[in-house]
Amino acid sequence: MKYSYYPGCTLRTKARDLDEYARASATALGFELEEIENWQCCGGVYPLGTDEIATKLSSVRALNQAKEKGQDLVTICSACHHVIKRVNDDMKNVEDIRTRANNYMQLEAPYEGETTVLHYLEVLRDRVGFDKLKEKVVNPFTGKKIGAYYGCLLLRPGKIMAFDDPENPRIMEDFIRALGAEPVIYPYRNECCGGYISLKEKEMSQNMCEKIEESAAGFGADMLITACPLCKYNLNKNAGNRLPVYYFTELLAEALGVKEEVAK
Amino acid sequence: MRDNHSAAEKIKEISGTNPLKCMKCGKCSATCPSFDEMDIKPHQFVSYVINENIEALVNSASLWKCLSCFACVERCPRDVKPGKIIDGARQLVVREKGGDYLSPNEIPELLDPELPQQLLVSAFRRYRR
Amino acid sequence: MQRIGVFVCHCGSNIAATVDVKKVVEIIAKEPGVVHAEDYQYMCSEAGQSRIQEAIREKNLTGVVVCSCSPRMHEATFRKAAEKAGLNPYMVEIANIREHCSWIHKDMQEATEKAVILARAAVAKVNLNAPLQPGESRVTKRALIIGGGIAGIQTALDIADAGYEVDIVEKTPSIGGRMSQLDKTFPTLDCSACILTPKMVEAAAHEKINIYTYSEVEKVSGFVGDFNVDIRKKARSVNMDKCTGCGVCQEKCPSKKIPNEFNRGLNNRSAIYTPFAQAIPNVPVIDREHCLKFKTGKCGVCSKVCQAGAIDYDQQDEIVTQKYGAIVVATGFDTIKLDKYDEYAYSQNKDVITSLELERIMNAAGPTKGHLERLSDGKAPKEIVFIQCVGSRCSDDRGKPYCSKICCMYTAKHAMLIRDKYPDTNVTVFYIDVRTPGKNFDEFYRRAVEQYNVNYIKGQVGKVIPQPDGTLLVQGSDLLDNKQIFKKADMVVLATAIEPNPDVRKIATMLTASIDTNNFLTEAHAKLRPVESPTAGIFLSGVCQGPKDIPETVAQAGAAAVKAIGLLAKDKLTTNPCTAKSDELLCNGCSTCANVCPYGAISYEEKQVNDHGIRETRRVAVVNTALCQGCGACTVACPSGAMDLQGFSNRQIIAEVDAICR
Repeated sequence: MKYSYYPGCTLRTKARDLDEYARASATALGFELEEIENWQCCGGVYPLGTDEIATKLSSVRALNQAKEKGQDLVTICSACHHVIKRVNDDMKNVEDIRTRANNYMQLEAPYEGETTVLHYLEVLRDRVGFDKLKEKVVNPFTGKKIGAYYGCLLLRPGKIMAFDDPENPRIMEDFIRALGAEPVIYPYRNECCGGYISLKEKEMSQNMCEKIEESAAGFGADMLITACPLCKYNLNKNAGNRLPVYYFTELLAEALGVKEEVAK
Repeated sequence: MRDNHSAAEKIKEISGTNPLKCMKCGKCSATCPSFDEMDIKPHQFVSYVINENIEALVNSASLWKCLSCFACVERCPRDVKPGKIIDGARQLVVREKGGDYLSPNEIPELLDPELPQQLLVSAFRRYRR
Repeated sequence: MQRIGVFVCHCGSNIAATVDVKKVVEIIAKEPGVVHAEDYQYMCSEAGQSRIQEAIREKNLTGVVVCSCSPRMHEATFRKAAEKAGLNPYMVEIANIREHCSWIHKDMQEATEKAVILARAAVAKVNLNAPLQPGESRVTKRALIIGGGIAGIQTALDIADAGYEVDIVEKTPSIGGRMSQLDKTFPTLDCSACILTPKMVEAAAHEKINIYTYSEVEKVSGFVGDFNVDIRKKARSVNMDKCTGCGVCQEKCPSKKIPNEFNRGLNNRSAIYTPFAQAIPNVPVIDREHCLKFKTGKCGVCSKVCQAGAIDYDQQDEIVTQKYGAIVVATGFDTIKLDKYDEYAYSQNKDVITSLELERIMNAAGPTKGHLERLSDGKAPKEIVFIQCVGSRCSDDRGKPYCSKICCMYTAKHAMLIRDKYPDTNVTVFYIDVRTPGKNFDEFYRRAVEQYNVNYIKGQVGKVIPQPDGTLLVQGSDLLDNKQIFKKADMVVLATAIEPNPDVRKIATMLTASIDTNNFLTEAHAKLRPVESPTAGIFLSGVCQGPKDIPETVAQAGAAAVKAIGLLAKDKLTTNPCTAKSDELLCNGCSTCANVCPYGAISYEEKQVNDHGIRETRRVAVVNTALCQGCGACTVACPSGAMDLQGFSNRQIIAEVDAICR
C-alpha cells in the first residue's frame, strides 16, 4: 500500500528522527510513504480568519497532488496534520473558501476536498490494525508504563479532526498496548503544552508542561510519547525533566526491531 | 483611531462567530489554560464585542496569551467559540501597519539549538501579518 | 352559480395593521359569484358571527368565505355559525390572511395584494363546493395508556374512576417508572416511594384497570374512537397466577453479575429478578439473555426452589389484540448519555456520577443502603461538587437545546439532604442560572443557601481532573469573582439533561402522532390544547410532551385523562365527510392508491360497470369512509385521475390555483 506523504518542515530538520523511524516502521509493516514533490510549509497554525486564503494554499497544493495520484495523504507532525485536515474540510464544505482558493490556484480540475487525510496513527489503527501491529512486534515494551500525550492539535476541533474522542481519546493508548506496554491514563493528556507561546512567554509554557508531567508521573508513567515536535520540545525544555519524552515512532521502530537500521 | 462599530463587525466576520449566542455560562473561562495571564478573560471577549468596546479589547494582553488550543472552542455549549473571537481581534491588530508582535530582530536572542522550526513558523504566523 | 358572502376580519390590528381590509372587501365584491362582502373588527366574536348569519339569511347565501386566521383556529367556529343559519357547514371556506399573510409581511401594499389573492382562491373553491354530510362512527369505551410511570398511573386512575376500562402497557417488569427510583421529592422532601407506591397499589387493585407489564405496543391501526392495538406480552418465564412473590428464586439464582438497571448499573442483580422490592406486580421475570438455563440449557435452580411451581421456561410471547377509543402516551424520559462530555471524566472515574445515580445512592433501598459513599472506595465524601446544565441548553451538537427544568430543584434538594444528614460534608454547586419558577421553589433553593450553607458558584466547570490520590480537582469559573478556581472534591455529581424515552419515536410512528426535533411529542396547540396530539384520539401525559416535575406531570396526567374521558363519554363521533371517492368508470384497478393509503381504507371489488353502454365486470377501488382520514395521498398517486377527495376535489384545487395565478 502506497500513501502520499507530507513530512513538513520540522521533520526534515530538527525532528528528522520522527520521520525516519516512521518510514522504517512503515516498511516493516508493509506500507510505503511516498513524499509529495515540492511540498511547502503548512504554516504551523491553521489560519483562523475565515477570510484568509493565501495561507491555506500550500495545504491545498499538497492535497491536490495526493488527489492526482489517487492516494490518501499521510502526515505525522500534529501541526501539519491539524492544518491540512482543516483546510481539506474547508475545501470540502466551505463554498467561499473553495471557490476563492480554486480561482487562485487555476488547477486542471478544481480541488474540492476529495483527498483523505490520515495521521500516521490513523494508518496504524484503521489500515494496518493494532492487532496486526501487535503481531509484528519483536521487542515488546513489557512492563513499561507509558503516558500518551496528545496535546490539542490532533484532537480539536473534534468534529473536524474526527481523530478520536477529544475528551477521552484512546488511539495512542491502544497503540501503547499494541507495543506490549501499559498505557497510563492521566487527565492532562489533552491539555495544551503552550505551543508557540513558548517563544515569547516561556513561563506560561513551563506552567503548563509541569502540570502535564506531574500529572502523568503521579499516575505512574515512566515516559511520555507524542507525535508533535513542538510538544516534545516544550515538554523537554519547560517541564521538570522527570519523564523522558519520545516520539511515538521511535518506540514503534524499536518494537518492530528496525530502530538500529535508522541509526545506521 | 479605529471605528469601534466597524471593528466589531470585522471581528465577527473574520471569526465567523455570533457573540449573541453566548449564554454567559463561563465554560470558556473555566477551561482556559491561560486564564491567569489574561487581563480580559475569555468569557468577557463576547461582551467586549457586543458592546463594541474594541479599543480596550485590541489593547488587551489576552491577544498574545491565547494559545489557540481550542479548549474553549471545543467545550463551548453555545457554539460561540471565544478563542475565535480573540483570534479575530488579534488579526485586526497584526493586519495593521506596526501591529506586529514579533520582529525578526528578536529571533537570534530567542533561539536555542533544539528549538523546532515549527515553533518559529507558528509564532510568525500568529504574531505577524 | 353560488351566491357567496365574503367576510374580512381585522383581528384587531393583527390583520388590519398590515392588510387594507377595506380594499380587500372592495375588490373581492366584484368577483364572480360574490353577492356580499364586508369587514369587521373581530369576526369570531358573537357580533361577528351574527353578521355572517344575518347575511346568509338576508342575501340567501349558498357559500361563505371568511378571510381571517388559520382554519386550525376558527374554521369550526364559522362552520357552526353558518350551520345555525341553515347553511351546510362545508360551504364555508377560510382564507388564511393572518398567519399566511399579515404576520409575515411588513409592506401593506404587498400584504393587501396577497390577501386579495388568497380570498379570490377561496371564492373560486367555494364556487365548486357541494354540501357534504358527515357520517358517524362508534366509540370503544376503553382507554390505552402507554407507559406505567406516575404520568400513566395517574391518567389511568382518573379515567378508571370515571367508570371506563383502562389498560396500562409498561415495558419493564413493574409499573412505577422514574419516580420509583427517586429518593425524596422537592420542595416538600417527602419520600418518593411513600407517595408513589400507594398509587401503584391503587392502580393494580382498581377493578377498571388492567396492567400489562413487561409488554409493548406492537401495532396500532384504526382511528379516534376505534383503535385496534396489538400488545406483545413478553414471556416472563414465570406464571403470574402461581407465583407468590416469595423471592427465593432470586436468592438462589447463580447468575448474579448482571448490571441492575433499576440502580442505574451501580450494582448487580440476578437473572431472575423483580426490579425493586415494591414492584407491582411482585412477580419476577427471567432475563433470558443472561439466564444460564436459556444460554446453556443447564441450571434450572429457580424451578427447583420454587414451591409454587411458577417457573415456566416454555412460556412464549403472547399477542393481545384489543380495541380502544382513546390512547394516552406516557412514555417518560431518560437521562442523556454522557459519552460526549468526558471533560467531566464520567466514563473515566467512578466518583463522577449523575444525579439519578445519586438518587439511588441516597435511597435506603439502593446499592449503598442509603449511605452516601464514594463508589470507588466506599469512603464518605467530604467535598461534593454539583455541576448544573450538563447537556442542557446546548446549541452545539453535543447536548440538548432545551432546559431540562427539573435539575435546579433536585440539585438544591440533594445539596440540602446531604448537608442535613452529613453536616461535615461541604457542598458546592456550579450553576449558570438557578431557575425556580414553581410554588415554594425559590424559597426551597434559598433554604439550601441560607440554612444549609450550600456554596453556590455562578460559573461552569471546564474540566474535572482526577488526581493520583483518588480525589478530583474541579476546574471552574467563578464569574462573579472573575476568577478561575480549582476546587478539590471527593465526588462530582452531574445534573444530566433529560431526553424523551428513546422508544417514543417508534410509538409516535405507530400512532401517526407528530414529534419535534427533540423527540418530544407535539401538542395540538401549544397553549390551548396542550395535552392532545394533533392526531385525533391521542393524548399526552408527562415528560413525553416536554420536561416537567412531578406536580406538573400529575396535573397534566389528570388533564389528559379528562380529554380522554370527554371522548369516551360520547356514544358516537361525527366523521369527517371529506373522504376519498373513486370514480369506477375511470379506475383501472392498479392498486397504486391502496399501496399509498396509510389507513388501510382502500379495498378492491369486482364490480359490474356500464361504460358508455358496454357492460362489464371490472376490478375497482372502494373507499371505506369510516377508515379514510382524507389525507389525499391516493388522489395524488392515482394515475388515471379516478380518485378524488370530497371537499378538496381536483377541480376545486385547480380552480384555486387558477385564481392565484390569474
